[in-house]
Amino acid sequence: MILSVFVSIPLLGALIAWVIPDNRVRPYVLPVVGLSHLAMTAWLLGNAPPQSPGGWIWLDPLGKIVLLCISLLFTVCAVYAVGYLGYRQERSNRVLCMGLLTCLSAMTLVTICQHLGLLWVAVETTTVTMAPLIYFNHNARSIEATWKYLLICSVGIALALLGLLFLAYSTHVAHREATLLLGPLMFSAPELNQGWLHAAFIFLLVGYGSKMGLAPLHTWKPDAYGEAPGLVGALLAGGLVNCAFLAILRVYQICLASVTEVIFFQKALIGMGLLSMAIAAIFMARQADFKRMLAYSSVEHVGILAIGLGLGKGALFGALFHLLNNGLTKGVLFLSSGNIHRSYSHKTTDVVRGALTRLPWSGGLFLAGFIAITGSPPFSPFLSEYSIVSSAFIEGQYAVGGLFLLFLTVVFIGMALTVLPLVMGEPTPNLEPTDYRDRLLTVGPPFFMMLVVLLLGVWPPEFLLQLLRDGAALLEVRS
Amino acid sequence: MGSFADQLLVLVMLINFVLLGSSRMAFCIRAVAVQGVVLGILPGIIHPFSFHLATITVSIILAKGVIIPYLIDNAVRKTQIKREIEPFLGYVPTLVLGAVFTSLAFVFALKLPLAPEHQDLLFVPASIATLMTGFLVLTTRKKAISQVIGYLVLENGIFIFGLLLTEAMPVMVEAGALLDLLVGIFVMGIVINHISREFSSIDTSRLQALKEE
Repeated sequence: MILSVFVSIPLLGALIAWVIPDNRVRPYVLPVVGLSHLAMTAWLLGNAPPQSPGGWIWLDPLGKIVLLCISLLFTVCAVYAVGYLGYRQERSNRVLCMGLLTCLSAMTLVTICQHLGLLWVAVETTTVTMAPLIYFNHNARSIEATWKYLLICSVGIALALLGLLFLAYSTHVAHREATLLLGPLMFSAPELNQGWLHAAFIFLLVGYGSKMGLAPLHTWKPDAYGEAPGLVGALLAGGLVNCAFLAILRVYQICLASVTEVIFFQKALIGMGLLSMAIAAIFMARQADFKRMLAYSSVEHVGILAIGLGLGKGALFGALFHLLNNGLTKGVLFLSSGNIHRSYSHKTTDVVRGALTRLPWSGGLFLAGFIAITGSPPFSPFLSEYSIVSSAFIEGQYAVGGLFLLFLTVVFIGMALTVLPLVMGEPTPNLEPTDYRDRLLTVGPPFFMMLVVLLLGVWPPEFLLQLLRDGAALLEVRS
Repeated sequence: MGSFADQLLVLVMLINFVLLGSSRMAFCIRAVAVQGVVLGILPGIIHPFSFHLATITVSIILAKGVIIPYLIDNAVRKTQIKREIEPFLGYVPTLVLGAVFTSLAFVFALKLPLAPEHQDLLFVPASIATLMTGFLVLTTRKKAISQVIGYLVLENGIFIFGLLLTEAMPVMVEAGALLDLLVGIFVMGIVINHISREFSSIDTSRLQALKEE
């Protein structure tokens, strides 16, 4: 009951945003909804209600981790949006506000539902609601990005639906009641028809993998992330990616229960993960457009998540922790890159140089975000990446571990070649002046998030570690 | 009951060929609408009557037969695009490919471990054939509207498979999926409009500003 209120609050916010006529007042709905959502999330983490009678709705530890990440990220983005949209008064932000809030509602639903059909509907809703947001700038480039995003993700999600139907059919062939509820599926998984199960897992991995942006299904990502406003990019990279990853985690849970399929699924995840990292490493080198560079960084990090999940055992903890770290750090990077983009009104490194002198705060945050995302201590992505790679070596997967480290190094060099001149280079002379200045509302939110990332790296709170351990326990092979 | 359903499925597959062979947008949209209506009738034939069933039938016919075609038609009228000219692959080759895929679908369906009661029905081959047709249209056509039609056909193929398991899909999920499809097509219609305004064409092959240098 409380959870249905939880899902409908953002929807109510969307309605309010629709009714408000004033372009300056409307963005304030976002932080109000965001903060109340965050407060409810904090409360729910401690007192999650029991499973609903039909078993459809339940906030389990995996859902809690993703929910925490989404809620925190959204709230920070919502506060930032007030400052950002202040600079974008030339354009109506009604669709943007409504889209963000509807998407928050759908993302919340993703985290709490245990019925794979409902999960699919929610993931598809997030896809559709994000499309108008990518098109916020209304120019030729953004329409191209929107079209590619919409078509590739829609087809991908449709394939995931086919995978779900195969899954249900495997129960039918095994003479069980056809269902898509997680609990009963996991219970009967060992007896289900293997051929259909196998096909189902392939289609589900391809479908949700394209939504998540795993190579080779990542082609829409650089375009969409490059053209969307920074705050939409942050929600795409930290929100939608994690929703799709949660869907893959649910599939993984069924794989685990079916015993025979899990090896195949793990191998597929590791393969796609390594390919993602390799492709990101290649395209990151000499990338002039810094927003596209962030998109490839996102491809790299979904690869890391997939590898963590594929390795299993000790790496699971790291993968779940990395989900949170990646989401928050990407938030910092996208928001600060949005500021830099506003200030220079360019997003290629031939014009954008010396951001540290022009925008000390945003430039500094961008640099700090870069240091964090490439896995340098003392920030938290270091901990999660370290835990994944060390468990690869402990398990004897030397090839995976070695490649992982190699790609991380190449990515670090490639990213540094773009980021360092951008932030610290000689400022370009004769830049046209823009009205953007670093202000509390546009710098404070990413700064806060950066502090959280630092805190998680130096002193991760015990309740969070416990939550991550509970989540990892759900994904471990029981024998 | 099985044979009538099979006849309808043959009709669905014939419509696939119509879509593959025709260059006129308006005609293709009508064909997809007819396909949608046929798909709406199918659940009523294979399952005993229930309230759940009636709702599904009505909402599918409404969505796939009326609203979605109307939305696409609207986009066609606004963009003034009547024909698909110069697809990536000509009409005759795509028709031949469609025929190959359809026959392969039949061969493939025989090898699948189907439940005994579904063994002799056309559902699975029709589903695979329609799915492949959708993919073919998606990949060979340039115009954004043709691609939306391809996406719809793909979705129809998946839907045919879903008919074998209506009991696994509760009404709420089915309604949600249909609503998502509707909104998705609606958004695609708007995007098409903007593409045509921005590029004075809806050739998606012109969408190539965004790439790696």
